[in-house]
Amino acid sequence: MSAPVIAVEDLRTHIVTRWGTIKAVDGVSFAVGEGETLGLVGESGSGKSMTCLSVLRLVPRPAARIVGGRVRLDGEDLLQKSAREMQRIRGKRVAMILQDPMSSLNPVFSVGMQVREPLISYHGLAGRALRDRAVELLGSVGISSPAARLRAFPHQLSGGMRQRVVGAMAISGPPRLLIADEPTTSLDLTIQAQYLRLLKDLQTRHRLAMIFVTHNLGIVAKMCDRVAVMYAGRIVEAGPVEALFRTPRHPYTRALLESVPRLSESTDWLTAIEGQPPDLAALPPGCAFAPRCPRVMERCRAEEPPEFTPAAGRSSRCWLEAPA
Amino acid sequence: MSAPPLLEATALTKHFPLRRGILGRQAGLVRAVDSISFTIDAGRTLGLVGESGCGKTTTSRLILHVATPTSGSIRFEGAPLVELDRDGLRRYRRSVQAVFQDPYASLDPRMRVGAIVGEPLVINERPETAVLRKRVLELLELVGLPARAAELFPHEFSGGQRQRIAIARALALSPKLVVLDEPVSALDVSIRAQILNLLRGLQRRLGVSFLFIAHDLAAVAHMSDTIAVMYLGKIVELGAAADVALRPKHPYTQALFSAALPLDPGARREEIILSGEIPSPLDPPPGCRFHTRCPLVMERCRRDEPPLAPEAGRLVACHLYPGSAT
Repeated sequence: MSAPVIAVEDLRTHIVTRWGTIKAVDGVSFAVGEGETLGLVGESGSGKSMTCLSVLRLVPRPAARIVGGRVRLDGEDLLQKSAREMQRIRGKRVAMILQDPMSSLNPVFSVGMQVREPLISYHGLAGRALRDRAVELLGSVGISSPAARLRAFPHQLSGGMRQRVVGAMAISGPPRLLIADEPTTSLDLTIQAQYLRLLKDLQTRHRLAMIFVTHNLGIVAKMCDRVAVMYAGRIVEAGPVEALFRTPRHPYTRALLESVPRLSESTDWLTAIEGQPPDLAALPPGCAFAPRCPRVMERCRAEEPPEFTPAAGRSSRCWLEAPA
Repeated sequence: MSAPPLLEATALTKHFPLRRGILGRQAGLVRAVDSISFTIDAGRTLGLVGESGCGKTTTSRLILHVATPTSGSIRFEGAPLVELDRDGLRRYRRSVQAVFQDPYASLDPRMRVGAIVGEPLVINERPETAVLRKRVLELLELVGLPARAAELFPHEFSGGQRQRIAIARALALSPKLVVLDEPVSALDVSIRAQILNLLRGLQRRLGVSFLFIAHDLAAVAHMSDTIAVMYLGKIVELGAAADVALRPKHPYTQALFSAALPLDPGARREEIILSGEIPSPLDPPPGCRFHTRCPLVMERCRRDEPPLAPEAGRLVACHLYPGSAT
């Protein structure tokens, strides 16, 4: 692989709460190359969204703070940039699509105004060129009669259309890195299928590096090249999608894959993961998954497992991988 | 056919008039549910799938009797609901309970769990304190919660445990039918299997019937005996869960289930991506309501509405199949 577009190294983001300091992101590292998609999966509170917000340096302050690590975009460390420099980078070189399009769109401005905004501030377009580019962008995300839609307000569009508008704004840079945080969770299934295809098209056209955050393993299987599974602020397993789905190494990954009902097989009982998701304010010593792990050993409750490399391109934070 | 079904809906219809202006002139009619028929057998699960605006929620509200049908009928244990007197309706409401999607919204944060679970009993049966307490503990045990949970407040529980509390409350009056409206979609992935297993176990033990509404098609297929697929207020396909999920006949069902992505990254399957959006139920297309998005649309689909007719062991409403020829 050539130099990665984004390389995150040992990223740490802490949140100060009444119950103590929570390590929302606790030493996360990954890299994504041009045209590549990394799936970030995990449950709520696993740190996947906080990782993305840290990359953009948009963590909710003052409670949350990035306390360590490096986030290199084409070699430049974003954590060293000034606030002003970051503003030029966000939206232009790194774009983000959120779950709910209404949280990205301003309800009181027309679609046209919002699509034009990045074109004016980043590209200095004006007049006819500005209008043409806005129409072109809306057309490129599959919105019919884009010129007329520019005058529409967000509430006049369906959920799928709104998310397309957000997509149009995201690629206006065009960015080097696109972060999609549960972009289809609020959409209906047949609309989700349309939107996933659109994202794939946009990625191929612009050679985007993409980070796709989701809890839907089916979407990961379809969209991603590599996948990182997060649990309690850490990446517990990472690897190429096909290998990881076929032979999961970490007991959490395995349990997650087994607990999901599948259309193709009918079973009476699902293999449930016992217990509750971890309380980040009161993590046990050792491995955070140990209290729920079906293969827990003595060592897991005492020592935190380091990252092992069981095969090329794969990693697992589990003592099962420790050489005997 | 032996015993009559627990619940039978016949030509069930619910239209909402859309009013405009201060005089409330009727400006249109939302055909939320348009002449649908189905049955739910005792101890069985009917899965209801479809996208937003298809009428799933309205159907569940009609069954819960919080909305009255515009026309058509619901029979429960053979008796039409419209003929029930006040006492009869009260008994019906006790027999049909619901569990909703969001256990953060459906539980009163100021009530202790014991009071939440016991409330239906207090209202309906006014049991003595000792009896009530015993029943509450039984219910908590039934859903896998410890007895001390009764003294705690909902905020002290995680999402999965709260949904257990909601299930315990729904079971308090020993209902015959429970409407499960997206019971696991607000829960973490690792918790969903626990709740689905719990529901299935409860059905085996108590013989309760479920109406299972969800957008997670694999979960619906896993939980249901029969599946009804709805599109814009109509049932387009109705049959045994395995038939509908694995060998769908209606082009909409085919597209819907092809959009439910499998977990196997290597799986090469035919993918059907529909064009266009779901039309508004305010102004459904004439003929077959799906014709504007159907990849196999024919001339007559734009004109004639296909009836729900037998095809390959299930019911399908589509002109592709000779069974629907009139």
